[in-house]
Amino acid sequence: MSDGPSPLVKFLTRINPILIVLVVLVIVIAVISPNFLQPFGYMNFLKRAAPIIVLACGQVFVITSGGFDLSQGALATLTVIGSSILLGMDPDGTWWVITLALMAGVLVGLVNGFVVGVLKVPSIIATLGMMISLTGIALTWSGGAPRGYLPDAYRLFGRVLIKDVPFVTILPVAVIVAAVVAAALWLLMHRTNYGRLQHVVGDNPRSAAFAGVPHRRVRTLAFVISSVSAVLAVILLGGFAGVSTDVGTGLELQAITAAVIGGARLLGGHGAVGASVIGALVLQAIFTLLNMLGFPKPLRDVVQGLILIAAVALAAYRRRRSGQ
Amino acid sequence: MRTMRLAEWVPLILLAIALAIYVATALATGQSQYLTVDNLLSLLGRSIALGITAVGQTFAILVASIDLSVANLISVAAVLASWIMAGDPAMIWPAVAAVLAVGAVVGLANGLVVTQLEVNPFIATLGMALLLQGLLSASFNNFAGAVPVEFQVFAYGTVGGVSISLLFLIALTVAAWAFLRFTRAGSNIYSVGGNAEASRLAGLRTTRVVILSHVICSLCAAVAGLYLASRLRSGAPWIGRDGVYDLESIAVVVIGGTALAGGRGGVWGTLVGVMIFSLIDSIFNITGVDAFAKQILRGVIIVVAVALYAARSRRIEA
Repeated sequence: MSDGPSPLVKFLTRINPILIVLVVLVIVIAVISPNFLQPFGYMNFLKRAAPIIVLACGQVFVITSGGFDLSQGALATLTVIGSSILLGMDPDGTWWVITLALMAGVLVGLVNGFVVGVLKVPSIIATLGMMISLTGIALTWSGGAPRGYLPDAYRLFGRVLIKDVPFVTILPVAVIVAAVVAAALWLLMHRTNYGRLQHVVGDNPRSAAFAGVPHRRVRTLAFVISSVSAVLAVILLGGFAGVSTDVGTGLELQAITAAVIGGARLLGGHGAVGASVIGALVLQAIFTLLNMLGFPKPLRDVVQGLILIAAVALAAYRRRRSGQ
Repeated sequence: MRTMRLAEWVPLILLAIALAIYVATALATGQSQYLTVDNLLSLLGRSIALGITAVGQTFAILVASIDLSVANLISVAAVLASWIMAGDPAMIWPAVAAVLAVGAVVGLANGLVVTQLEVNPFIATLGMALLLQGLLSASFNNFAGAVPVEFQVFAYGTVGGVSISLLFLIALTVAAWAFLRFTRAGSNIYSVGGNAEASRLAGLRTTRVVILSHVICSLCAAVAGLYLASRLRSGAPWIGRDGVYDLESIAVVVIGGTALAGGRGGVWGTLVGVMIFSLIDSIFNITGVDAFAKQILRGVIIVVAVALYAARSRRIEA
């Protein structure tokens, strides 16, 4: 082309298309239900989206470094069940239980990283094995039928709304937590050397190893971030979900879907925290919309399956077009 | 006669270890009734559905793909079969035909999404799994229909003291082995799994090979669903997922020596993998390990077994 595309076209092509999808979805939701534009409406939406945002921001680290973390959901279930049992013995123990849960998250991430990095087990199998084992631990610990409840102090993070905030009137604590986690992980991924190494290792693990990148440590840290994010997410989720053995079921798929919608490249080398947040919001917006239209839960799964395939297919198509 | 590589011995070594532990536990606990040939056969008999599914999964993994939708397809097949049969013997064949058709369509869809849309097979089949389960759960929420007595022969019938289903599994394995070993399509599967780009440059229609493997994989899962319907006398929308056939079929294929990266392995190894899993299950039963603790150990065993293979490879993999 002789004169090249106009600045407007250039600007539009540089916008992540998923942002446009989000805007369209929000407009549709707002048209159907004008209450959505009230602070209570959109803050409630953000509160519901907070766990997926946190999960997706963690998962995108593992995806960027070239793997999958399928153990997020099972770790979430174990956290809820373990917390309810421990808090049943000591209702005032919220802080040490949360600390313990976060330490368990670190441990699970370290084990995943060890199995993938040192034992060289493909991450799909390694984290699947972890998923099966963690579910087994949760079932053994609870005897298969979890009882008990989470005390209010524990549920604070997912449930409490701060009132009388300027501009937005109310501000759920869950949204603050999600924003802080997302901002911290964004800094780590896009503003530190470690984040660049994530991309390097994911793009070409072999050349990264030859270039002297401590690839095992880099990948292990990704798994630790992913596991810890699962623990944080379920503490938020615990605010509005009950104690059951399937509270975490499928969360890892939602996280992977959100990251992939946000443009993360499967098998590594490309992934963005900000886009994953938008991906999570899009996913939650679609769920909200389906809910409004009266779709039953099973059909929600059908739609999620189609979105997942479509997002990856679209990414593959764009990559072919751009000749990469 | 070509010599076997070390990797091909690993499944047999694992089987020997599992068998040794099994015999030792039976003797140590004084339960020698577990050591008869009949008992060992019935042991494998409990894993027929896993065996049929895993033979199919071997094809998907051999072309460097994977199929995570098998468990959900099994549920769809079982429910569809018993719903169409509705206790009427005259409807057996129409039901079988319908189930196999659904299996073929699902396999075709998986194959097309993987090859034409270039979607990572893991994601493509995961999406298919969500889709199948969603459609099924939206339509059925409990046991649906009934399987006529005539069809229950598939699971309960015997020929000369050996169960028909076990003979079927062995026949299926022999057929799959012969297909992979002696037909051109079979060689193509190994070739595409070993190096897709080189196969394409050599003139193979690689997309067709991948699609064929996915169709075979899904057909096997559909047959496993028919078997479970026959065994449970009715189909329910959760039987595939409860059996964890997706993960277990992948696990036994990998334990049986088929490389996740494709191009190496075969169905006999898969059958050995199924036997190893049934032995482990029986060891747990003899020793009375808690059902949930079993699950923890199973996760560990899968990872350790895969690590055994990976340990020899110096490559860094996803």
